[in-house]
Amino acid sequence: MGAGLAVAVSGNPRAQRWLSFFTLSAVLVVAVILLFAADGGPLVVNVGGWAAPVGISLVADRLSSVMLAVSAAVTLCVLLYALAQALSVGDPESPVAIFHPTYMALTAGVAMCFLSGDLFNLYVGFEVLLVASYVLITLGGTSPRIRAGTIYVVVAVISSVILLVAIGLIYSATGTLNMAQLAMRLPEIDAGIRLVLQLLLLIAFSIKAAVFPFAAWLPDSYPTAPAPVTAVFAGLLTKVGIYGILRTQTTLFDDSQADALLMWAALVTMIVGILGAVAQSDLKRLLSFTLVSHIGFMLFGISLASQAGLAAAIFYVLHHITVQTALFLVAGLIEARGGTTSLNRLGGLARSTPVLAILFLIPAFNLSGIPPLSGFLGKLGLLQAGVELGSTLAYTLVAGGVLTSLLTLYVMVKAWNKAFWQMPVGEETRAALPRSMVGTTAALVALGFSFTLIAGPIYSYTERAASDLRSQVPYIQSVLTEGDRGEGPSPDAAAEAGVAP
Amino acid sequence: MTFAGSDGVLVLVVAVLVAVGIYLALERSLSRVAVGLLMVSNGINLMVLVVAGPPGGAPIVGVTPESEMSDPLPQALVLTAIVIGLALTAFLLSMAYRSWQLNGHDEVQDDLEDRRIARLAAADIAGRGDLAGAWVSLAEEAEEVHDETFIEEHWLAEDLEEGVP
Repeated sequence: MGAGLAVAVSGNPRAQRWLSFFTLSAVLVVAVILLFAADGGPLVVNVGGWAAPVGISLVADRLSSVMLAVSAAVTLCVLLYALAQALSVGDPESPVAIFHPTYMALTAGVAMCFLSGDLFNLYVGFEVLLVASYVLITLGGTSPRIRAGTIYVVVAVISSVILLVAIGLIYSATGTLNMAQLAMRLPEIDAGIRLVLQLLLLIAFSIKAAVFPFAAWLPDSYPTAPAPVTAVFAGLLTKVGIYGILRTQTTLFDDSQADALLMWAALVTMIVGILGAVAQSDLKRLLSFTLVSHIGFMLFGISLASQAGLAAAIFYVLHHITVQTALFLVAGLIEARGGTTSLNRLGGLARSTPVLAILFLIPAFNLSGIPPLSGFLGKLGLLQAGVELGSTLAYTLVAGGVLTSLLTLYVMVKAWNKAFWQMPVGEETRAALPRSMVGTTAALVALGFSFTLIAGPIYSYTERAASDLRSQVPYIQSVLTEGDRGEGPSPDAAAEAGVAP
Repeated sequence: MTFAGSDGVLVLVVAVLVAVGIYLALERSLSRVAVGLLMVSNGINLMVLVVAGPPGGAPIVGVTPESEMSDPLPQALVLTAIVIGLALTAFLLSMAYRSWQLNGHDEVQDDLEDRRIARLAAADIAGRGDLAGAWVSLAEEAEEVHDETFIEEHWLAEDLEEGVP
């Protein structure tokens, strides 16, 4: 809705800015209200007034609403940063007129994915956010961005096609796409077919989430985009893929046929990702590789399929959204300050800009899991859940997780040494940092840090969300209130849908 | 009534579309990739229709008896998917055009590091003793394949590395 308005006033940049700001603030307020409301039980809206299995329902359970709240906060921060960057660069047209509408569309797509109670609606939400992201990643149309965009678009289209195949086959196998109804019908169909459907969905979401065998596109395509765009992509888009895995694996397929496979994928993702990061000398590429590696941690939690594992995974996702976005914003600041993100050419930033050093240090330590920061708490939860499970593979994963944390610390320290401590290399090109950009980055770093302070309430919230996911019952009951269909008009239509093939 | 015959033909069409599409998507030129992806997505759309069950009459109450209706939902899904596919194709083609404007071609470029690894592997297989002969610096490589993105970055970086003891 905001996107349409933003297109309408595209001639007037000032109006566009205020509009985006107010829209995203409103989204944030709504998301926080939902966060508390959904704690009492999942909320369901049947769009268009049609009853659940026929109409499209939007469902806000604990998992959806907490993801929505955090992503709304992050998108708002990134918007402010983008505004500050445009103002400071001094070119009033600089985020070209298309930036605001596209950014709104991206936010809408992300929200749609989180709230969708229908598999096809999830696909449409994905497409909305992907098309918006295609435009953002090629913003300006320079040669490196077109090159990166090519890779990104082709990979994303292929993953969408696989998702569409999965949806088509699921419909033909069960006759429904409503997640609550699917959760009841999928256990009834043939186990072999169910496994095929599960794996198809897993592959589609894994490409989007950049899980190892499908992760090679990410470090190639993210770093060339403008800093705020990369930040929001890194923070949110891969997490939407993780959300897709989380939702479908727990709500739809509760038996654990694919868990061992997921564990291996998690292990390899963690190790390969972080080894890639060790080899990099460019800060943005380095951060992209750590992003891939830490996707492995989330997958680790999901693959355990225990309540503790899921709770830790959800907590880790929330923590990682803020921290990774903050790190990319800091990388943007470093680029603005030093003129480059190549670690070989940066140096001496700790002396010249202590603020930047602090802003980098907190999320960097948070990412590598130094106690008492929230990254430590999330990892501790994951490791505990892994030990609880006690199988050999789980212990291997625990060891892999610890190794990855250590290597993350090594990578972060390396980046720190080169960018902040090393003697300055070459001539000094030191632009002054605009205060508003530093301010918004600091706000996001503070948000990440506050997760540490209020970790107790958040953790218990994610535990309740995980137990909802495990039991499935609240989700199904709130969508399909009257046994096999939702409340609302059109009982005939609902009955008809019930007899589809 | 059985529709096995027409279904079989449609499944064959799906298979051909997807196969041809994937073959094209593996080409180097972005416009061919775009055509390939278009064919894959059309093939998948057709697949969704085929697997949705036997065709019937128009699903309008009062026109067709309920037992003979075809299932309208997959048609709605495919309609949405077609619209999305159209937008994607338009975007891909505009990207190919932009790439042609910038570079004079619309080829998807190799990753430079991949090229170096491939060259080292080739030298290794050929059994030449000196791997160093196969080693070309990243910047030279970039210049050779006219990869503008890398040339400037890496010459600068290497100049600096040589300059600093």
